[in-house]
Amino acid sequence: MRLPCPYCGERDSREFTYRGDAGPTRPEADEAMADYVYLRDNPLGWHKEYWLHTVCRTWLVVERNTVTHAVGTVVPARNQRAAS
Amino acid sequence: MSGFRLAQGGIVERSTVLGFSFDGQKLQGFKGDSLASALLANGVGLVGRSFKYHRPRGLFGAGAEEPNALVTLGSGDRTEPNIRATTVELSAQLQATSQNRWPSLAFDVMGINNLLSGVLAAGFYYKTFMWPAALWEKLYEPLIRRAAGLGKAANLPDPDRYEQGNLFCDLLVIGSGPAGLNAALVAGRAGARVIVCEDDFAFGGRLLSEQYEIGKAGAGQWLAACLAELESLPNVRLMARATVFGVYDGGSYGVVQRLVPEGVVPEAFHARQCLWRIVARQSLLASGAIERPMVFAGNDRPGIMLGSAVRTYLNRYGVAAGKRLVVHTSHDEGWTTAFDAQAAGIETCVVETRDTVHADLIAKAHRFAVRVVLGGRIIDTRGAQGLTRVTIATDRYQEHIDCDGLAVSNGWNPTLHLTCHHNNKPVWDGPRACFVPQHLPQGMRLAGAVTGDFSLKDALSQGWQQGAAVAEDCGFKPAAFEALSCSDDPQEGVSVWSVAGKGKAFIDLQHDVTSDDIVLAHREGYRSVEHLKRYTTLGMGTDQGKTSNVTGLAVMAGLCGTGIAEVGTTVFRPPYTPVAIGALAGAHRDRHFRPTRLSAAHQWAVEQGAVFVETGLWLRTQYVPKSGETHWRETVDREVLAVRAGVGLCDVSTLGKIEVQGRDAAAFLDFVYCNLISTLPVGRTRYGLMLREDGFVMDDGTVARLGEQHFLISTTTAQAVAVMNHLDFCHQVHHPAWDVRMVSVTERWTQLAIAGPQSRALLQRALGQTIDLSDGATPYLACRNFMLAEGVPARLFRVSFSGELAYELAVPADYGDAVVRHLAQPGREFGLTLYGTEAMGVMRIEKGHVAGNELNGTTTARDLGLEKMMSRKKDFIGRVMAQRPALQADDRPQLVGFKPVDPAARMTAGAHFLPIGHPATIGHDQGYMTSVAYSPHCGCLIGLGLLQHGPQRIGERVRAYDALRGLDTLVEIVSPVFVDPKGERLHG
Repeated sequence: MRLPCPYCGERDSREFTYRGDAGPTRPEADEAMADYVYLRDNPLGWHKEYWLHTVCRTWLVVERNTVTHAVGTVVPARNQRAAS
Repeated sequence: MSGFRLAQGGIVERSTVLGFSFDGQKLQGFKGDSLASALLANGVGLVGRSFKYHRPRGLFGAGAEEPNALVTLGSGDRTEPNIRATTVELSAQLQATSQNRWPSLAFDVMGINNLLSGVLAAGFYYKTFMWPAALWEKLYEPLIRRAAGLGKAANLPDPDRYEQGNLFCDLLVIGSGPAGLNAALVAGRAGARVIVCEDDFAFGGRLLSEQYEIGKAGAGQWLAACLAELESLPNVRLMARATVFGVYDGGSYGVVQRLVPEGVVPEAFHARQCLWRIVARQSLLASGAIERPMVFAGNDRPGIMLGSAVRTYLNRYGVAAGKRLVVHTSHDEGWTTAFDAQAAGIETCVVETRDTVHADLIAKAHRFAVRVVLGGRIIDTRGAQGLTRVTIATDRYQEHIDCDGLAVSNGWNPTLHLTCHHNNKPVWDGPRACFVPQHLPQGMRLAGAVTGDFSLKDALSQGWQQGAAVAEDCGFKPAAFEALSCSDDPQEGVSVWSVAGKGKAFIDLQHDVTSDDIVLAHREGYRSVEHLKRYTTLGMGTDQGKTSNVTGLAVMAGLCGTGIAEVGTTVFRPPYTPVAIGALAGAHRDRHFRPTRLSAAHQWAVEQGAVFVETGLWLRTQYVPKSGETHWRETVDREVLAVRAGVGLCDVSTLGKIEVQGRDAAAFLDFVYCNLISTLPVGRTRYGLMLREDGFVMDDGTVARLGEQHFLISTTTAQAVAVMNHLDFCHQVHHPAWDVRMVSVTERWTQLAIAGPQSRALLQRALGQTIDLSDGATPYLACRNFMLAEGVPARLFRVSFSGELAYELAVPADYGDAVVRHLAQPGREFGLTLYGTEAMGVMRIEKGHVAGNELNGTTTARDLGLEKMMSRKKDFIGRVMAQRPALQADDRPQLVGFKPVDPAARMTAGAHFLPIGHPATIGHDQGYMTSVAYSPHCGCLIGLGLLQHGPQRIGERVRAYDALRGLDTLVEIVSPVFVDPKGERLHG
């Protein structure tokens, strides 16, 4: 498997560490925290995931298809939530 | 004993004779032979015994499809079992041994299984040996395992080296037959980066095995010219002995390349095999096809071979499969076998299942003086250890024909295994009577026989067109298509799956699956392809059913009265052929699997006689025995007492160290630690506790504020990587706008803990005027930057894990060795004692400090008595979830200390706490002991543990119940701080 790091180009999957679902955002409201910590979708198809490129230490949001393993857009996580 | 070398023919180098042995017998072959062709040339027909029935078996194929001829190569630690003789390149002194026979290949006592076959039919292991159950493990399974099976592994470490490498290309061509080579040629000429992987040790594919003509000359000339041109192109890489065994995501391909022929010992320090990861923009699968056998009674005797294999031995190796050959065919292909054999002087008879064939074939047979039987079937064969006779039947008569070779041809199965590796199922193509690929892995194209078009003309033109298309996709301008004139044999035929007859008719030769087994599976309801496979073990051998799967499906389809398309097929998974584990591991074995990390002060510790312990990848000093000490406990007790009474030194360099800088560094640390960090003054250090977002403790360490916007934090050795990843995540995902940067500096600094009442005196002596260690200048929890010497910056932290007056001195790792020796010199005067992780563990338990045993991922700050650390003034990771009612419940076990009531009693970590007078049931479980050590200070074992209502129960007694070790110890609940509860020693 290959992942395109926006800084380093396409690299072998062994350079990356998987973390999981990049869908949920850490909530402002305390009441929403339990869902944020524990509830995850397990979609068939396109899925946004956090991957750390351990070489350049950039956390990435990788769009990946759980059926075909195709990789879609890859953006640094910091750009995705630059507003916060 | 029927094969022999022809006086001429083949592409072997007859001038280079290679000696080899088979079952100890000295034999000779030529350079360019495979082990199989050399065996056949020496008249060795019997090469193995079958898996279940121990029937005599010979060569069946000539390539990767071979189900029978599995041999063991080499001896001792280089023993390699289950190697297909057909794919082994013959080398001098090659040592091959047959398998699954005892006492010898010719006489095998387990041949009795052949007579017991009624008991050993499909699924026998679900039905027999069922009673008594206890005997299964002790008797039946070992017996069956001994009787069945293939070669035996060496059970010794693999002495060979394996390399791994990465390659990148525009076009990966898989297979070097006419299709693959033509594709490589057009793409290579256009300038594309091309890699050609060939499983065989010679390039050419079927061109080597057939008497083809390309462009009015022998195909050999075209092949030589093509290879010469490809070799001259700098952008083309030709790789022989390279098997593409798997297709992976993103255009990655797994390739194992044999750098020396199998069975050859590589030169010293040279690798035996290389595992390549090839990343290709596109690939062209030109893997050809594998011929199909026919199923008839007695179709497994040595001497019975695929027709294509007979032609390979004949045309490529100059070896005849027998002196009198019968060809049993349902396809025109079989007639080619007969013509090639007859031309080589072998008397041949064609038994054609069809009643009529093309008139050209009949005419040619007449010209070649080949005897022809139309509408014929083979219904029986004879020959104890090799074929001697076949019985043929037509509608009108039966006849015995004496022969020692039988070639079977029943059409082709495209070698489409790699197209299935992304779970794509092939589909049945009725007109062409074979499974063909339908969906392909991304970036893969097909050319040649793998498409189901089996002619040479198609192979050449498809190869060209696909190669040109890839070149174009990659931005090159390939030359226009030039058609090559070439010979082509007629390709007609029908598929005859099963011929009626008496006696065992084998479908899967490697796993001894017969047509009766398929009938049984059908009768018992195991009709879906997935059930069929698992019930009969069809196609589950090391050959993965390359010659048997489709035939088995066809027989099942016949029984079900449906078409093969409806029955469907199982898919193929990697690897295409077996891959040595050593190749997959590469250099990552033994100590290289987990490289050892050594602190800069390691060598000094070695000189002191330290015993080391692995903590993660690090080697740390565990304890340092002195001469005369007979037990590790004796050593550890001495080290603890020496620190508490004088001064000790411990290397703590392995703790994670992370520098955090930036305008928002303080806010960031407030966010990731549960306690307040922003209030920490510059020049001071604070204990920090990190939670996970679910409210449980993640890690602990110290936070030192070196400047207004500059912090240095420490992590536990084990969690250093996880914490670094976590901090990067918290910054980049949760607060990307914050101005903060961090970097791991674990390896950059050597850090030494100097602890004990004499620590200040020793350090002051060693450091001289460079730093003032007085309480006023360097109070408890101070951190100081100073210059140890010209150009040697150093940091000093007045922190203590032992509970004594203590410092941690950090110097750049390059100076670590020098500095520890610099401290050791005045250390002699102060009785400086080097202590290890054991003594450190004892002292931290004596002080009630939590460590890995308590920070075990299931404990909260409150459980550990650290509830007050959780700030109410800020948000932090884990804040909300730590407030969950269940984590606040009164009955959650909390940290307290324990002592055995009888000071001599044993007490163990892992013991569970039970109230006195109650049975040992889970309902009475009140918590568990996390850490236990012998405290020389207390004179008995002491422990830390988590106990329900623990802090309110000081002075009570409970049982520490350890069923695993058979202990039930009465213990007293005490404060977790056993030494200096007021902390007076810290301040010296």
